[in-house]
Amino acid sequence: MASMLLTSLRSSPLTSVQAAQFAARSLGTSVHLQAQAKSKKTLAKPGVKNIVLVDGVRTPFLQSGTIYADLMPHDLARAALQGLLNRTGLPKDAVDYIVYGTVIQEVKTSNVAREAALGAGFSDKTPAHTVTMACISSNQAMTTAVGLIAAGQCDAVVAGGVEFMSDVPIRHSRRMRKTMLSLNKAKTLGARLSLLGSIRLAHLAPELPAVAEFSTAETMGHSADRLAAAFGVSRLEQDEFALRSHTLAKKAQDSGLLSDVISFKVPGKDIVSKDNGIRPSTMEQMAKLKPAFIKPHGTVTAANSSFLTDGASAVLIMSEEKALAMGYKPKAYLRDFVYVSQDPKDQLLLGPTYATPKVLEKSGLTLNDIDVFEFHEAFAGQIMANLKAMESDWFAQTYMGRKTKVGAPPMEKFNSWGGSLSLGHPFAATGCRLVTTVAHRLQKEGGQYGLVAACAAGGQGHAMVIEAYPQ
Amino acid sequence: MLHCITRRTFRVAACIMARTHVNYEIKGDVAVVRMNDPNSRVNTLSTQMQREMTEVMDEIWGNNAVQSVVLISSKPGSFIAGADLNMIQACTTAEEVTGLSQEGQRMFEKVEKSPKPIVAAINGSCLGGGLEFAISCQYRIATKSKKTVLGCPEVMLGLLPGAGGTQRLPKMLGLPSAFDMILTGRSIRPDKAKKMGLVHQLVDTLGPGLKSPEERTIEYLEEVAVEAARGLAKKQIPLTKEKGLMQKIQDYVMSYPFVRQQIYNTVQNKVMKQTKGLYPAPLKIIECVKAGVEQGPTAGYLAESQHFGKLAMTPESKALIGLYHGQVTCKKNRFRTPEKDAKTLAILGAGLMGAGIAQVSVDKGFHTILKDTTLEGLSRGEQQVYKGLNDKTKKKSITSFERDSFLSNLTGQLDYNGFNKADMIIEAVFEDLSIKHKVLKEVEAVIPPHCIFATNTSALPIKDIAAVSKRPEKVIGMHYFSPVDKMQLLEIITTDKTSKDTTASAVAVGLKQGKVIIVVGDGPGFYTTRCLAPMLAEAVRVLQEGVDPKKLDGLTTGFGFPVGAATLADEVGIDVAAHVAEDLGKAFGSRFGGGNVEVLKTMVEKGFKGRKSGKGCYIYQPGLKRRDVNTEALEILESYKLTPNAAVSSDSDIQYRLVSRFVNEAVLCLQEGILASPVEGDIGAVFGLGFPPCLGGPFRFVDSFGADKLVEKMRKFEEVFGNQFTPCQLLLDHAKDPSKKFHK
Repeated sequence: MASMLLTSLRSSPLTSVQAAQFAARSLGTSVHLQAQAKSKKTLAKPGVKNIVLVDGVRTPFLQSGTIYADLMPHDLARAALQGLLNRTGLPKDAVDYIVYGTVIQEVKTSNVAREAALGAGFSDKTPAHTVTMACISSNQAMTTAVGLIAAGQCDAVVAGGVEFMSDVPIRHSRRMRKTMLSLNKAKTLGARLSLLGSIRLAHLAPELPAVAEFSTAETMGHSADRLAAAFGVSRLEQDEFALRSHTLAKKAQDSGLLSDVISFKVPGKDIVSKDNGIRPSTMEQMAKLKPAFIKPHGTVTAANSSFLTDGASAVLIMSEEKALAMGYKPKAYLRDFVYVSQDPKDQLLLGPTYATPKVLEKSGLTLNDIDVFEFHEAFAGQIMANLKAMESDWFAQTYMGRKTKVGAPPMEKFNSWGGSLSLGHPFAATGCRLVTTVAHRLQKEGGQYGLVAACAAGGQGHAMVIEAYPQ
Repeated sequence: MLHCITRRTFRVAACIMARTHVNYEIKGDVAVVRMNDPNSRVNTLSTQMQREMTEVMDEIWGNNAVQSVVLISSKPGSFIAGADLNMIQACTTAEEVTGLSQEGQRMFEKVEKSPKPIVAAINGSCLGGGLEFAISCQYRIATKSKKTVLGCPEVMLGLLPGAGGTQRLPKMLGLPSAFDMILTGRSIRPDKAKKMGLVHQLVDTLGPGLKSPEERTIEYLEEVAVEAARGLAKKQIPLTKEKGLMQKIQDYVMSYPFVRQQIYNTVQNKVMKQTKGLYPAPLKIIECVKAGVEQGPTAGYLAESQHFGKLAMTPESKALIGLYHGQVTCKKNRFRTPEKDAKTLAILGAGLMGAGIAQVSVDKGFHTILKDTTLEGLSRGEQQVYKGLNDKTKKKSITSFERDSFLSNLTGQLDYNGFNKADMIIEAVFEDLSIKHKVLKEVEAVIPPHCIFATNTSALPIKDIAAVSKRPEKVIGMHYFSPVDKMQLLEIITTDKTSKDTTASAVAVGLKQGKVIIVVGDGPGFYTTRCLAPMLAEAVRVLQEGVDPKKLDGLTTGFGFPVGAATLADEVGIDVAAHVAEDLGKAFGSRFGGGNVEVLKTMVEKGFKGRKSGKGCYIYQPGLKRRDVNTEALEILESYKLTPNAAVSSDSDIQYRLVSRFVNEAVLCLQEGILASPVEGDIGAVFGLGFPPCLGGPFRFVDSFGADKLVEKMRKFEEVFGNQFTPCQLLLDHAKDPSKKFHK
């Protein structure tokens, strides 16, 4: 209650200028404006179904190569799905559909959604498909779910994402693959022997997957370093931001705020119940690290980048009616969302900058209306660059075709429970973590609107507005 | 604090007022020297630039607060593009030029011996004198920008790197790499430069940020360079790099004089083989490098400055510099900007030419329709475009992604679908008037009113093709040269009905395709084909006189043509040559006579159509570099044998018989107004037909050789062969009055 009071105090001095701006921009929303005068309006739209986040969970996010090392991706996904079932008490056959995201595909379980669902004990009558959109894969899974519900095709959908970097598909070289495939077809011993004889030592060199853009062949860290330089983000700023992320994450972990994390008994190992990548260091220690991508003068280091992580997440999304009918108390409304894309070379990681003003406009909100920001932290340099871009009129005018900047989020509302830099970033699992965290923070801090934004490989980006469910 | 700042800005302001090309700012203990020539798109080492640079450097050396220096250009795309050519061209004696060279050497020596480390921060072209400046600095950082290139192109201008380049590069890179760089003059891209040890550090280009990408990239380069300069001053960054094993082995091997001698010999032989001794610069370069390595720096620098002075006075250098200027001229649109930007091209005929034109269009962003009449023809053409781009991918000049996105601009088809959106048609169908007419009529029925119809023909007069057009003002000739992606020239032909805007548009398209363009008047053979035809006719006569094709090739290449006359005929195609000879023979009469056209026709009948058919003057076997003379062709020549006249059949006579007919026809084209200027004549001949670059083109050749001497030779040939050697009036005018020159 106290926190609610605080919130209203904080949000009430909406200056007349802002109100005027708001009115000028959306003349059609005068009804809402009246509502706003008292408290904040709801973003419900006539004729559009209210879609709610019932709950969200995730496995602990672990640095790859640690305790999860011997699992397979669908094992992690299974754990998240089972955790969601436990947390919500959802009857297994109440789920209409399952959508799951993944980036680096395990070829044996290419539709990892289906394998995990079966393994997690969902009804074999529940269809499942897998989506991929780099670091916003589970955002895509969630918005796919929203679409299915909004279109009236489903009422209850489970969405999620999994990434397993402890094991990635390492392939034979193309030449070797070609020989091996021909070997299958060779009929005579002679033909087989001659094929085997054609193998050269060089053909045995394996092909490793890289976190690099196919279109530009540039690794993401390299691009992030260039982006930071383009916006004049210093090494110090990056290290400070990374330290902030780790410090806040540690605080959130210690005070039990990360309630979306479920415990997971790893076969053959102990029960895991905590993220293991949170390591608040000192500025001095961080300053010692050499640049990881651009040498010798780069600014992106291992300490100010997100690390390779294993993890899975899952959320339950329902139409409001269905949720209420089933006796749930939803956590939040999932409102407007956008996907954006831009130049994959020089603007690879600027997704949040492009997506934020767009989604705010769609919702008829301004940056000031947002109480909780959860941005995906790929690199500290990337976050700082985005903040600077959002704060720049010149950038908005020159590259985004907008009249003015959208403005940078105030830091006290920004990723205050840590972020991908500290909690870890299992590519396709991060989106659900962001949304669940917004819902939890809105509940905890008493705010009304939250904003999720993320960048992704391919120069794409995403943002979503989340509204607190009335408590 | 405030006081301090005002004082500093005041001082900087004072510097800016006094100096226009170079200024500097002191950032802590690092002086950042910025170059910016206010009068040019690029920085050059002009007298002004050098004087201000010397002043600035003296101030910096005298300033105790400064520990290190960063040298940078404020111009995006140009560090220093080289010495100021006008400065060299203004000199009248070799001694003056030697003086310039020595001045440069002294300045760079001071830079090299600077007690305060100097970092050259390179973004954009770092060529010639610019590179010599950079390599005298203690440390080099370059951006990875596409515009950043390092090289010493002096040799291409008939000169040598005259400010220490021949002395420092061998020390820095080792003899083989240094020779390669100085003798070929080729531009080196940043990543290669780093590998070679030409630069120490690379900086990425930046994308959009809080400033424009270009501006911010330069700023970033400066930031990195300032840090490096501090590191160097504090000795945190070592100046000498630990040598790798390969380097140690190479150094060890090079320590033996006979090994070095072997290298000099090999390089010398290679140069002689490639230049036939017609270009003095490469040989002098070898001498300078050798003097420096074998006799020490004093002898080396002296040789460099003296040879530089002498080379600047050679006709070869003047010819090459003339070509350079000409090329710059022909890269500009002397017609005004076209009313409508052409975006969609439609090319008719997916043959060698059509596909070649498509290839140079798709990668420049033109949406290109490639139309053929058969699926096989279209498939071959599309494959040619793919292969051309894929080869670039293999050479890493473009990425596979760029290749794919370029190819997405190409639409191959068999019908006229989409022609209603075309801005320009480039027709490259078979060279036959009736086929061209048919195509023109078909196309005019489907294209929009603004669409230009360009015809790619090497000899058919454009007005004859345009005769059936409903809109002759939109018809123009665009004569590309094969292979289109390699040959730089584009000859644009206008009829008296072609509108100015049509011409402007064709030139704009050609320039975007990366071509060097000459715009000529209409007539049989236009300019290039018309010059080539008499020379080839003479070549056939020479062959009929019993000169072996190999010998003929030797004589022509010995004169400076990159390709011998017999080989050229094979490359052009014997059938094409026969066709052209017959057509132009009809148009111009006996002046285009010489060899018997029947020789060519008989060869075509026997299937000897040149390289494309595997047999011509030579036999071509796939995979074999060696070519044998086609003995069956010799038999044909035997049956048309002519008895040579000993008075005009010496090697030199044969060379001048070939060249004088070429040159006379070129001058006649200028006289008749086919050519607009001698510059275009020279560029067309050199870039389209391989006229010896060391002679600078037919017009410069007349200027330097002397019109009177040429006329004298032609008169001698005229006595034997008749009007084929009658000098034209303009040539006679020049012969009569030696003060008349085509080039001032």
